[in-house]
Amino acid sequence: MEIWIIHMLNGISFGMLLFLLATGLTLIFGLMDIVNLSHGGYYLLGVYIGVTVSMYTGSFLLAVLASGLCISIIGVLMERFFLRKLHLQPLAQCLLTIGFTFVFADIALMIWGGEARFIEKPAFLTHPIFIGEIGFPPYRLFVIVIGAVIAGLLWLFQERTRVGALVRAAVDDKEIAGGLGINVPLLFMGVFALGAFLAGVCGALGGPFIGVYLGADFEVLLLALIVIIVGGVGSLKGALVGSLVIGLIDNFGKVFFPELARFTIYAPMVIILAVKPSGLFGSRS
Amino acid sequence: MRYTSKQWILFLVIAIVLIVYPFALPSYYFTALLTQVLIFSIFTMALNLVAGYTGLASLGHSAFFGSGAYTAAILMKYVSQNMWLGLSMGILVGGILAAIFALICLRTPGVYFIFITLALGQLVWAVVFGWRSFTGGDDGMPGVGNPNIFSNLTLSGGTTYYYFALVFFIITFFIIHRIVTSPFGHVLVGIRENQTRIRHLGYNVWLYKFIAFIISGFLCGLAGAIWSYYNGFVSPRDASFELSAEALLIVILGGSGTLSGPIVGTIVVVLIKNIIAAYTERWLFVLGVTYILTILYARRGIVGAFGVRLKSWVG
Repeated sequence: MEIWIIHMLNGISFGMLLFLLATGLTLIFGLMDIVNLSHGGYYLLGVYIGVTVSMYTGSFLLAVLASGLCISIIGVLMERFFLRKLHLQPLAQCLLTIGFTFVFADIALMIWGGEARFIEKPAFLTHPIFIGEIGFPPYRLFVIVIGAVIAGLLWLFQERTRVGALVRAAVDDKEIAGGLGINVPLLFMGVFALGAFLAGVCGALGGPFIGVYLGADFEVLLLALIVIIVGGVGSLKGALVGSLVIGLIDNFGKVFFPELARFTIYAPMVIILAVKPSGLFGSRS
Repeated sequence: MRYTSKQWILFLVIAIVLIVYPFALPSYYFTALLTQVLIFSIFTMALNLVAGYTGLASLGHSAFFGSGAYTAAILMKYVSQNMWLGLSMGILVGGILAAIFALICLRTPGVYFIFITLALGQLVWAVVFGWRSFTGGDDGMPGVGNPNIFSNLTLSGGTTYYYFALVFFIITFFIIHRIVTSPFGHVLVGIRENQTRIRHLGYNVWLYKFIAFIISGFLCGLAGAIWSYYNGFVSPRDASFELSAEALLIVILGGSGTLSGPIVGTIVVVLIKNIIAAYTERWLFVLGVTYILTILYARRGIVGAFGVRLKSWVG
């Protein structure tokens, strides 16, 4: 019994990290029709920036925030100087941002030497919590809590604040929103910064258990893509549900079918696509 | 399409150069490079048929290439050394896989098509990567080169592989050429330009896309099978997302929807990769910058930019 709870918690904590990565992807796409495949690269840079900042300051919180901030600056620069030129050209956006992912990976290799290094966990999260007989790393519970809090805040932001209402309006109809005097480009920039910020946070938080290795950037990116395909592109709720589903499937897949673990992640996506191409919560087709 | 005498001369000159080249310049290194160009050109020409001519930008095409490569390698290792078996099965598996992909992804428009081809491609990658006991996992499968052409004739040696690849390269070129100059090919281009109009003209758009996809899958499987023989080794990289992206980049860089574009693009990228690998460790950086610059400044492709001038010369 305890082992099942542990697998479940592992799956949920991984799902929460995917949520952080997928939210940015889905918001940016839903709002701006921009496909940003450099989110894997953001993750990678986020891991290393977090490590460096935590090394110099010793502060976990500062490290996570610094990762988020640096990545959001990178994101905004990419949006302003590159992606804005490629409006409504998804293929060009894909290839451009894949190119950036390569560049980021090589920069990370240049600066940090490609070793797997991780952020120092806060002291209070180092002693295992016992579930029955089995010790469970409290850091994962911490990630679940953080993920849930961020999801809650995002939901409040989108549903209960004025800016959130503006974002929803712009998602529904850009032209009308612009015509009503909403500064859509500024809104775009804000959402892009937010999405990139979350990807950076995901890197700093998730590095210790997703890991950094050759190809990790594309692997997490693809997982995030599956999440938003399963959940439905442009939907926050879809991103959350999709993340949890994929996180759990990933974990149980590794337990039950270790050889085909990666296959078990892609299979539900294909099934959902065959039944409902717009994803579980997607409104567009 | 009828050719002018200038075009025939151009074809003939290129063919003669390609055939005579290994005798005139017997360099092991350049023969190897050129062989790679020929094999990957088959792959990118096949991708160009759907991505360039039909307007279906697939980011999962390495699945067909990789499945062809793995089919040939697995047959070689477990069943028989016979090359014709490996080649034909590689082609078949590539085509069947393409048909399955097409059934799922052709229903979805625009950017979803890109996502779904990508994810389907990853499905294939996941199988070859994960099924360690059968495919060797991320170690790949070594020692699968040198197949038997006939019971007593084994394919080996750089120059032999060069001619072997050249034959299939020429065949592929003429298949693609025949398709895109046929009424079928014109419908494909029509679908790319305005599929609603083509549908209202009474064409079954879905069926045209489906057939184009399968033909492309056959040829990708062929390229993969040849690649596994030439390389003597298959690895999950042959079915990876990076390879799909690279092939698409090559098509755009060379000139998508043009006959020679994928070949020119392949030459450029193979040269860049090999030259960079020789001089710097920062090849990933340069590769990334190549992507960025291509998208920002070379969207029409090399052939697109210079094609007009060439056309006025060739007539």
